[in-house]
Amino acid sequence: MKKLTDQKRYERLLAAVQSGDIDRRSLLRIIGATAAAVGVTGGPMGLLTRKAMAAGVESIRFDGWGGIVSEAFHNNAFPQFTEKTGTKVVEGEFGDTDEFISLVKASQPGEYNVFLVSGVYDYFRFIKMGLADFVNEANIPNLDKLLPATLAAFRNESEGKLAAVPFDYGTTGIAYNRKYISDEEAQAGHKLLWDEKYKGKIGLYDGFQTRAWMSSLYTGQDPQGATDTAAMWDATRKQRDLVLKYWGSGQEFIDLMSKEEIILSDGWSGRVAFLQQNGHDIGFIDTAQAGFAWIEGLMVLKGSPMEAAEQLINFCIEPAVAIAIAEGQNYPPSLDPTKVELTDKVKKLPGFDPTGKFDNYIWEKASYWFDNQDAYKKEWDRISKGA
Amino acid sequence: MSRVLARPYLLLSPAILSLSLLMVAPVVFVLIYSFWLRTAEGLDVPAFQFGNWVNFFNDYFYWMALGSTFKTAFITTIICIILGYPTAYFLARAQIRNRGLLLFLMFLPFWVSYIIRTMSWINVLGKNGFVNAVLMGSGLIDEPMKLLYNDFSVIMGLVYFMLPYMIINVYVSLDGIDRNLESAARVLGCTPWQSFWEVTLPLSLPGLGAGSLLCFVLAAGSYVTPRLLGGTDTLFFPDLIYEAIISQLDWPFGAVLSIVMLVALGLVIAVYNRFMNLSDVYRSFAR
Repeated sequence: MKKLTDQKRYERLLAAVQSGDIDRRSLLRIIGATAAAVGVTGGPMGLLTRKAMAAGVESIRFDGWGGIVSEAFHNNAFPQFTEKTGTKVVEGEFGDTDEFISLVKASQPGEYNVFLVSGVYDYFRFIKMGLADFVNEANIPNLDKLLPATLAAFRNESEGKLAAVPFDYGTTGIAYNRKYISDEEAQAGHKLLWDEKYKGKIGLYDGFQTRAWMSSLYTGQDPQGATDTAAMWDATRKQRDLVLKYWGSGQEFIDLMSKEEIILSDGWSGRVAFLQQNGHDIGFIDTAQAGFAWIEGLMVLKGSPMEAAEQLINFCIEPAVAIAIAEGQNYPPSLDPTKVELTDKVKKLPGFDPTGKFDNYIWEKASYWFDNQDAYKKEWDRISKGA
Repeated sequence: MSRVLARPYLLLSPAILSLSLLMVAPVVFVLIYSFWLRTAEGLDVPAFQFGNWVNFFNDYFYWMALGSTFKTAFITTIICIILGYPTAYFLARAQIRNRGLLLFLMFLPFWVSYIIRTMSWINVLGKNGFVNAVLMGSGLIDEPMKLLYNDFSVIMGLVYFMLPYMIINVYVSLDGIDRNLESAARVLGCTPWQSFWEVTLPLSLPGLGAGSLLCFVLAAGSYVTPRLLGGTDTLFFPDLIYEAIISQLDWPFGAVLSIVMLVALGLVIAVYNRFMNLSDVYRSFAR
């Protein structure tokens, strides 16, 4: 059922070993079983398997971020959904949204169905590219239990309609190892990422948006309205000399931080929570001077079996299911705390807003990033290669 | 008569068909794509214009990336020659019973995914990795050396991946040399070193050439290793193709870069063929 790349498979295994979930004997058993599975299902046999799966009308494909995120969906939603409806969920993973867009662009309509879209900028561009479909809200009764602010954020980008249903939210902030950096020092926010003292010990996310955001803050500009882009990119170049590695996935971030290859990085709230839960003394600051917030949603792609997709979405936002996934992936659900009783674990997650109004959160402006994406991506890709 | 003329083509048709569908057609598709336009929304529109090509030729950055890639591939190949030739010589000449087992062990890591093998270097070269732990434990260094996320780790990863290809090519070539020729050289007064230098090495050159070509082309086309083990100034051309297609979603420009890479590597092979006839290389495997 699961479609994982070798890298994801390895990363997942690595995370389990690091967190002590697997002993050495089990690890060897898993490696053996994986080798056998690859031998049996790989290559031409794999193609036949995929064809057979695609031919089935009783299945729907779901793609999400790898590591703990996929694990949370896999453990808490999909088997239960299959049991309840008889519809199998074929799972896939992606490292970042761009990679997923490439896969969708190269596929036939209907090959990919539901996926976890991150942030209103990605929501907006899927619609602009004509890849997303709109849901019939009447078929998703659990929408009533979601935070109005998250629903509005999506509706505002698609003329009142919904191409994705809000599922969770999180923040991008600055993660630091408390063994080397105190909470007081971390109050410096984004400025810490330019501190010469930490040269060679800093890791940063390899994404144009985060890089442009932080550099705008550093140069005293509005992160979503920079006018002096030359200064913004100069600051990024200056910062590059201090950086050990631009990481490309949440699991890579966890790996670098847990091994202390880096002690300071921008990071995602859920991944930081995972590190903290596994005994790493990692601090996290996500104030306006250190990051921003985003909403994730369940988006339906064009050509998908809409009825089954809506059924799956409705099931995933069922409070018991959404809370279980939230606890697994460490991102608060988009459930309205005034209508649904959330667990203590959820309330303690980094980035959680008990008011549900998000008054102190800074969201992405979809149009700003969409309008500047070509120029920014091109420039960032060069800078990240040393140019 | 016509039936007789048609027969060779009929017999060749499976090869022609598979080559056309699997080799020529994809390249033609990529070439056509390179003339397409990309809209602001990220959609590709069929067109025939040279904008993508003009952008490439006018941008020094891409030439620099090509140079950097070839330099790294060249260094990788040289290291593979230095490490691979003695190993292959040992395998071919040593009087050992389990030669087959040694060759099998050499290829054993290939049973594990390339990505996983590459990532395993992080545990070897990392700050708290094996090398630094040993050096610090033995008191040779006081603080961890920066062995990871730089050009050194990229070359290390590439050498690790390419070395078996070099060894097997040289081994096959050495194994096919008539040992009587070396004996004759010794009888005629050559020292062991002269016998190697004047007889064995020249006769094994086709294998060395094939291994070098394979290492160079594979190293230059690799993007996983630079992405995983490279640092903030690692510039690798295949990585730019990946960025153009996956990150910038600019498939037409990615197609331009892909064609450039193909042509550049084709030129390397052509130059190579000029100095070392490829038919000799093929022949070395036929022995």
